[in-house]
Amino acid sequence: MSLIVSRDLAKTYRTGEVEVKALKGLSFKIEPATFVSFVGPSGSGKTTLLNLVGCLDKPTSGQLSVSGTEVASLGRADGATFRGRNIGFVFQDFNLIPVLTVAENVEYPLLMVGRCDARERRDRVDSLLDAVGMVDQRKKLPGQISGGQKQRVAVARALIGAPKLVLADEPTANLDHDTAFMVIDLMKSLKEKRKTTFLFSTHDPKIVGEAEIVYTLEDGLITDREDRRASHV
Amino acid sequence: MSNIVKIALRNLLRYKRRTLLTSLLIMIGVVAVLLFSSITGAFKSLMIGQITDSMLGHLQVHKRGYVASIDNLPLHMNLGPQDMETIEEALDSLEEVEAYSARIKFGGMFSNFEETTNVRLNGVNPAQEILAAPLLPKRVLQGDTGDTLLSPGDILVPELLAKGMDVKPGDTVVIVATNQDGSVNAKTFTVRGVLEGITGPGGRDGYIHIKDAQEILRIQKQEVNEYAVRLKSAGALEKVEAALAKAIGGELNKQGAPKYEIHTWEKLSPFYNIARMIDVMTLFIKLMLIAIVLVSVMNVMIMAVFERVKEIGTIAAIGTRPGQILSLFLFEGISLGILGSAMGTLISLAAILTLKIHPISYDFGRQKGLLLSPALDPAEIIVVSLLVILISVLASLQPAYRASRMEPVTAMRHI
Repeated sequence: MSLIVSRDLAKTYRTGEVEVKALKGLSFKIEPATFVSFVGPSGSGKTTLLNLVGCLDKPTSGQLSVSGTEVASLGRADGATFRGRNIGFVFQDFNLIPVLTVAENVEYPLLMVGRCDARERRDRVDSLLDAVGMVDQRKKLPGQISGGQKQRVAVARALIGAPKLVLADEPTANLDHDTAFMVIDLMKSLKEKRKTTFLFSTHDPKIVGEAEIVYTLEDGLITDREDRRASHV
Repeated sequence: MSNIVKIALRNLLRYKRRTLLTSLLIMIGVVAVLLFSSITGAFKSLMIGQITDSMLGHLQVHKRGYVASIDNLPLHMNLGPQDMETIEEALDSLEEVEAYSARIKFGGMFSNFEETTNVRLNGVNPAQEILAAPLLPKRVLQGDTGDTLLSPGDILVPELLAKGMDVKPGDTVVIVATNQDGSVNAKTFTVRGVLEGITGPGGRDGYIHIKDAQEILRIQKQEVNEYAVRLKSAGALEKVEAALAKAIGGELNKQGAPKYEIHTWEKLSPFYNIARMIDVMTLFIKLMLIAIVLVSVMNVMIMAVFERVKEIGTIAAIGTRPGQILSLFLFEGISLGILGSAMGTLISLAAILTLKIHPISYDFGRQKGLLLSPALDPAEIIVVSLLVILISVLASLQPAYRASRMEPVTAMRHI
């Protein structure tokens, strides 16, 4: 069963009299446990697509199912709960909560969704911090760690709820070359271990090079789909 | 919920200076309200105590129409034996009544054998009077009144009269009075003591024994014209007034109107209007506190939301429900209120403690050197703290609601 199913997905923004068609009827399916990259020039609709898949925005028309749920019909509170339970986010600017420590940032989605007790939360946080190599930094605040470390924490936070899907919008844009590779490797290994689907919007050839499936977007349309799974095996 | 509180508190600590300034502002408001209500409350209690315990009692019973013509001290409105029995039976049946004193109030001429002047006198049973007006013995400035206060043949002269007529304890004076029938009688008295004047009705009256009053006024049978009643608790005033009205209100005069009238000290003393003005001022100070809390907390919370739009978008994106975001900001506002009111209460308690050690001395009318010892009523602290917290909630509500309604996508684009 496909994790994401999109049919004729369209999104139009209106600013006064001006109408901008960001997505013009996209249809695609994404299978579980894949490393998928959406590439394309600025304004091609990558971020808009990720926002729709991430339940952060609603399509103007078309259907979009994530993990069997028609996400366009979810209300504000239900959408938040759905995101908390099913989707992890990795942002370009890391977006860690500045008043929480590294460990608390990772724990945060579990607290908000409230599905496990303190002991289990601690175990899961420790396990993920270990996986991203941040155990020794657990008590530091985001302001006390580097950009690469922040993104590793963000990856751990995205994975803490054991989501089926992680959406990453330009996750390496603010990282140097070595750190970017380290973060990509980290995500790939977590994908293998946890069978999580990673969906990227990116310009970064490093990510594109590692992706199993690459969708190319241009002017709100999918212009190309490249499946590299055979070559990656 | 504890996590929401934890994050809210950390967010407040993130902006230490702003949090401190806002809390200080709230603290100043709380201190102003608590100290004002405490000091004015102490002033009110002291003055009411002085008025009720020195002379008036908590309430008084007269024949109907007596108080309206009290300036004349009429003698044709006296309460006869039957009236006295009815009233005393009713007073004895009320548990809240601590004591009462039957008085004959009348006007007369006071002579020191050289000069003569007017005087207002109370004929009292000293034992009853001391129980009904326990501060009366303390008003004796000169002379040794002992435990009895007065014996037949003694007079307690008000201070101003004693000064004006140059009399002192041990001197002999003459009281001349006209009775109800218009006949004049006189009696010599020994000055037993000089009484301090107090503010309010009856504060400059002299005292003689009730038997002497009956003798001067040639009253043959038992007659008085006033009952001063002291209650065990001033808080029971309305209850006792109602119970007494029920007990004696059924007695009607020849015109079919109630035979007796009951007046609380509030209706008898002009100080009640000052007390009410103090209450209005306290209310005004509380309104200022509300304004301070409302403006300062709302300002801080609007700033907090505006500065953290991207953060709000992020927490919404990673699964924080709108209600949780609302709670997060509400708790920030509530925490400011709690912090400000806690600091304000502590400062107020410290100030009150200092005032207890060094009480404020003040003069009120003829009364000199009254000592004010303010106390903080726990109920007042609770009311003020709850008020501050409630206003903090109200002030935070709009910014918190705005934060909870933000679209994650729009919010995360915010720079």
